[in-house]
Amino acid sequence: MSIRTEPVTINLGPQHPSTHGVFRLRVTFDGETVVDVDPVFGYMHRGTEKLAETRSYVQIVTLTDRLDWVSSMSNNLAYVRAVEALCEIEVPQRAQFLRVIAAELQRIASHLMATGFLVNDMGAFATPLMYCFRERERILDLFEILCGARITLSYMRPGGVFQDAPKAFWDNLDALMKEMPIYIDELESLVTTNEIVLARSKNVGVLTAEQSINGSLSGPMLRASSVDWDIRKSNPYEIYDKLNFEVPIGKNGDVFDRYLVRIKEMRESLKIIGQCVDMISEGPVRADVPYNIRPPAGDIYSSIEAPKGELGFYLVSDQSISPYRCKIRSPSFMNLSLLREMLVGWKMSDLIVILGSVDFVMGEVDR
Amino acid sequence: MMCEQAEGLVNFCRIYKIYEFILPSWLSSFTYFFSAITLALTVINILIISTALYTWFERRTLARFQSRLGPNRWGPFGILQPIADVIKAITKEDTVPESADKVVFNMAPILLIITTLLVIIVIPLGPNSFMGSLNIGIIFIIGITSMNTISIFMGGWASRNKYAMFGAMRSVAMLITYEIPMGIAIVGILLLSNSLALSDIVLSQTIPFFIIQPIGFFVFFAASIAEISRTPFDQIEAESELGSGFHTEYSGIKFAIITLAEFMAPIISAIVITTLYLGGFKGPSILPAEFWFSIKVFGVIFFMLWIRATWPRLRIDQIMNFAWKPLFGLGLFNLFSIAIEVFVFQDKVTGFISTSHYWIMAGINWVFAILLFFGITQIIGNKNKEKIKHSYKTNMIS
Repeated sequence: MSIRTEPVTINLGPQHPSTHGVFRLRVTFDGETVVDVDPVFGYMHRGTEKLAETRSYVQIVTLTDRLDWVSSMSNNLAYVRAVEALCEIEVPQRAQFLRVIAAELQRIASHLMATGFLVNDMGAFATPLMYCFRERERILDLFEILCGARITLSYMRPGGVFQDAPKAFWDNLDALMKEMPIYIDELESLVTTNEIVLARSKNVGVLTAEQSINGSLSGPMLRASSVDWDIRKSNPYEIYDKLNFEVPIGKNGDVFDRYLVRIKEMRESLKIIGQCVDMISEGPVRADVPYNIRPPAGDIYSSIEAPKGELGFYLVSDQSISPYRCKIRSPSFMNLSLLREMLVGWKMSDLIVILGSVDFVMGEVDR
Repeated sequence: MMCEQAEGLVNFCRIYKIYEFILPSWLSSFTYFFSAITLALTVINILIISTALYTWFERRTLARFQSRLGPNRWGPFGILQPIADVIKAITKEDTVPESADKVVFNMAPILLIITTLLVIIVIPLGPNSFMGSLNIGIIFIIGITSMNTISIFMGGWASRNKYAMFGAMRSVAMLITYEIPMGIAIVGILLLSNSLALSDIVLSQTIPFFIIQPIGFFVFFAASIAEISRTPFDQIEAESELGSGFHTEYSGIKFAIITLAEFMAPIISAIVITTLYLGGFKGPSILPAEFWFSIKVFGVIFFMLWIRATWPRLRIDQIMNFAWKPLFGLGLFNLFSIAIEVFVFQDKVTGFISTSHYWIMAGINWVFAILLFFGITQIIGNKNKEKIKHSYKTNMIS
């Protein structure tokens, strides 16, 4: 005999502690089990793509800061690379190193935040989150030394970077490089072998390699499903082809693998920064680029490996000082495309954890 | 009125004598009434004030665990923070949802705080320091703590909120699950103490019962954490899932009352654990019995806080699994082993067990406990199923 139950529909969000912004999910539950999900986007639509059409090419850098506000450096990098490809600007060597150092620091900061919030969503009362934030704070301090801002950085310019790194930056970077592995070990000892974390995340929200490729996922989400694809390796940009690093690959494609891939990527990023610090040479940090760039007519798509996945900019130029069209391929939006495959059939608590493992930022989802 | 005993801080007879001395003759028929009211008010207020201090302590300690500062603005070390919290809560607007069942909605917080406070009645805070010495104290505690869940369900149901409903349903599910291991663990105590009265249970602990029955202590501790819905069993008000669970719709003074009851629950729970397993008010005579009691309660509370600061939360079906399979089995095992040991070691004439026999039982049970815990963690643990360090492979260096 089975008891007749009625499905309940709940609005998860837009104001909810675990939706990381103003994401709204209409979830139908049968008891505690998810029967259907219906994501609703657009609560944070600020028209970034449209605004870009009224700004000059240099001014758009400030708009990209607001896309994924926990990894502004990567957004800047993706955009300025698109502009440079459009105008065929040659970037000085030192600027490329500085860009890679900044982008990898940003990757660590972003992954720290993702990990912290994932464990927080599992119900740990903010302790791992605070540990992650404590370390992220040091990276933000580094950014402050580098360019004066902490979140909305606007450090990069078409043709280079805004300014050379001061001496204090290198000193602090050395100190961070020494302490960061210890921090990550500490975080792992708190989280990775925790029996409850394992019970909550192993085999939860599994995506197969085929599914995740068909859903055009990218970044740690894709690599956790054992697909070896990283733009830094497959289509090296800047100076990544000169650097030695590994791309961590998950096995099962579950929440735990996504977490592990992020942890491993942080260690790899530290390795990259260490190599960059060794290899960097003196020189100019900005090519001679006019303030109002007028690229030749044409279009370009350029993408980089942002912390959350493939971040691409498609720019169409009509020889005016602002782009005719600026289309942003944002990893957070694409990574959310397989929500139903991941969520249906799991319990409410798993829903929250899976959402946390996707690691999306609403500013990037609603461009 | 028989008043022979006159020891302890909370003592009815002492208060009675004072009132007998103070009150004018025309009020003398109310002496009993006045002294009872005074005693009740004293105990309740001590409990409420210690809860207020506990909220400060919890926030400060959690903050230190999380490498931040915690409340530190008002008063030395922010110790006056609870006052600010209460003032804020009282001055907030007290809203009731339009479609809520208003009578039940308003009644739920009151019932919650009453049932939480009632437990303290039967607890011996020191030798001869208790409000009422019920001879069925332990059954009273089990009954009253279950009432708690009814008021939570009332609040969740009446507020007509789906999140609150989720929390309420979870709380009922957890009640059914956790009362049973808890009850079985308590039977192990009763076998040793031969009495249902808490004062007798304390007096019979020549060595604390948690040394004699570590498995029972573990089962009771886990079940009581689930009962007060703390991490890792805090599904009732899982902040990251349900907002704040059954009290989503409560605001103002009702919210303050619910929070008070919620923060009082760990204290009450620690008090019960101290009484049943840690020897209650017993301790070396360098300090008064009441101080020993407070120190033990403080230790248990700190341990709970430590767990809360470290662990994530289990899923609701995992919680049920954990209760019905490992905890229930451990509780039954504890019960049978204690029963057999009591049968063997009990003095056939007096019915009591000597301290040396207690130590022998403790030795046997600790061996069992270590073997069982090791075995169970090997069976149900995820950690050992596969080596985590090799669960990702990397591509070769280019």
